[in-house]
Amino acid sequence: MSQRKQPGTDLEPVAGNGLLHRRLFLRGGAMVGVLGAAGMAHADPLTVPEWATKPGKRPLPYTQPSPFEDKVQRMLPDQNPLYEPGAASGRTPHQYLEGMVTPNGLHFEVTHNGVPDIDPARHLLVIHGLVNRPLKFDVNALLRYPMTSRFHFIECAGNSASLYGSTAVKGSIQQLHGLVSGAEWTGVPLSTLLDEVGVDPKAKWLLAEGGDASGVTRSIPLAKAMDDVMIALYQNGERIRPNNGYPMRLLVPGFQGNVNIKWLRRIRLTDAPMHTRYETSRYSLLLADGKAAQFKLQLDAKSMITRPSPGYQMQGPGFYEISGLAWSGNGTVKHVEVSADGGKSWALAALAGPVLPKMLTRFRAPWKWDGGPAVLQSRVTDDTGYVQPTRDAILAARGNKANYHFNGITTWQVATGGEVSHVYA
Amino acid sequence: MFTRSLVAALLIAAPAMAAESPHFGQPITDADIAAWAIDIAPDGRGLPAGRGTAVQGEAIYVEKCAVCHGFDGVGTPADALAGGQGTLGTAKAIKTVGSFWPYAPIIFDYTRRAMPLNNPQTLTNDEVYALTAYILKLNGLVGAKEVMNAKSLPRVKMPNRDGFTPIYPGNLK
Ligand code: HEC
Repeated sequence: MSQRKQPGTDLEPVAGNGLLHRRLFLRGGAMVGVLGAAGMAHADPLTVPEWATKPGKRPLPYTQPSPFEDKVQRMLPDQNPLYEPGAASGRTPHQYLEGMVTPNGLHFEVTHNGVPDIDPARHLLVIHGLVNRPLKFDVNALLRYPMTSRFHFIECAGNSASLYGSTAVKGSIQQLHGLVSGAEWTGVPLSTLLDEVGVDPKAKWLLAEGGDASGVTRSIPLAKAMDDVMIALYQNGERIRPNNGYPMRLLVPGFQGNVNIKWLRRIRLTDAPMHTRYETSRYSLLLADGKAAQFKLQLDAKSMITRPSPGYQMQGPGFYEISGLAWSGNGTVKHVEVSADGGKSWALAALAGPVLPKMLTRFRAPWKWDGGPAVLQSRVTDDTGYVQPTRDAILAARGNKANYHFNGITTWQVATGGEVSHVYA
Repeated sequence: MFTRSLVAALLIAAPAMAAESPHFGQPITDADIAAWAIDIAPDGRGLPAGRGTAVQGEAIYVEKCAVCHGFDGVGTPADALAGGQGTLGTAKAIKTVGSFWPYAPIIFDYTRRAMPLNNPQTLTNDEVYALTAYILKLNGLVGAKEVMNAKSLPRVKMPNRDGFTPIYPGNLK
């Protein structure tokens, strides 16, 4: 790839409707000024604000975001008071976030009967079933094991489910795609504990169970458990919060969120999957012919543009950075393409490293908006060669009753005047 | 000399020690696990002693379940537990225990561990058998006085028994 072009040529579109070369970022931001609003100088003398003239507050034991950022909140569902708490969720406000790590207080959650207050001194993990020595581990014992730390996304199988519907919901990205988050998880590899109990050769699956009032149980292939599953104790450096499974959760990288059992209390080694309610009635994909695809566990590659996204108000024609997230439950993001003309032409986005397997990857693309209508899309390809499909392709293959694992391309329409909204392409 | 060979020995020993597990787990007997080991396999393995009929189940259902699942399991505000058979392949698919669930023993498993939502894990095994019988009866799958127990429940064939296609580790379009 030639790097010899003059700066000016970088500002020429590489795809329709003003998409510029990602080299603009790869080389550093110096050229961006060329696109900015230069020559706007008018009389506006600086003043000294009051916070510079008196001492600030004392340190706090646990800090909170600026009060000026109080719009950055998780979105909660309208709960039905009759069966509160029931199934409930908190969705990540991706429209306000950057980078690849979701702050702990904004990580999404889905709970099926509320968040338990678990006393770690009374919590145990039991591993039994097809094993040589059933064992119990208390939290303090697990905290003494050699730990691993890895970055992984978790995505609810029901994330983006509304896109199976026949009309495009006019929601924010938080409402449409807020059931995915990314974090650094630290804990004990499950394979270490399985070696200690001694797995019977007849065991092929395991059943993992949560210790809360919903008692979710899920079957997980033993091969996956031996590969990269972790008993996670820490999230982004601090102990996992109750909403995400305190004092411990199962982390099953790349598998649908529900399998990542929170408040983990028990693992039974089995010879076959257990066909629990959460892997039959729920989290299976009902196809057009009335058959349900079961144990569709890995989440296929997906991407979304987080900025601009619905609710964002464009501030006149000129330079914008398109920013978004891409991920794959089957591997690593290889590249992300961005379109401003509804998929007629595509430009490669820059990937903001590190690009890690089964983790959110931040992508960015420079865009010169001419102020007219534009149709923004992103499309990820992962290192298995899988290309994120269109919504039409998903509906053609699965029908519209599948409810789970929607990973099609999302379309944001930018109207003249700068309003951004969700549409179907 | 001594120090150097000690260092050498430590260097050799270190990787081997890192690979060894600390073995901080404590042995536990099946009897001690019993209160937590409440999972039932689809073929009925794990079903406890006890029994119940739909007639007995109806009384418990009206008292403890109908407020959320509606009388006769018609649903609202929570899931419908009956009806919907024959709809899965249509545009208006209705998923209920009767139309969608592949294995009868899992009704016992889920009801015992998770219901009633406001008081899970408080039903006796007899009550759970009776409620399971009642849900099956609402779906026309057992008679009102048919006894459900560890032997008879696994024999109830759910209409959608063959409705699931396991695809792990394959991929879907
Ligand atoms: C306070 C409300 C409430 C009460 C009372 C209640 N349930 Fe439920 N039930 C729910 C909710 C909500 C769900 C869905 C839970 C979820 O998906 O996380 C559910 C799910 C179920 C399901 C699974 C349905 C499916 O198709 O997946 C069964 C079976 C069930 N309940 C049986 C019962 C029985 C039997 C009782 C009485 C002992 C009962 N419920 C009492 C709220 C309730």
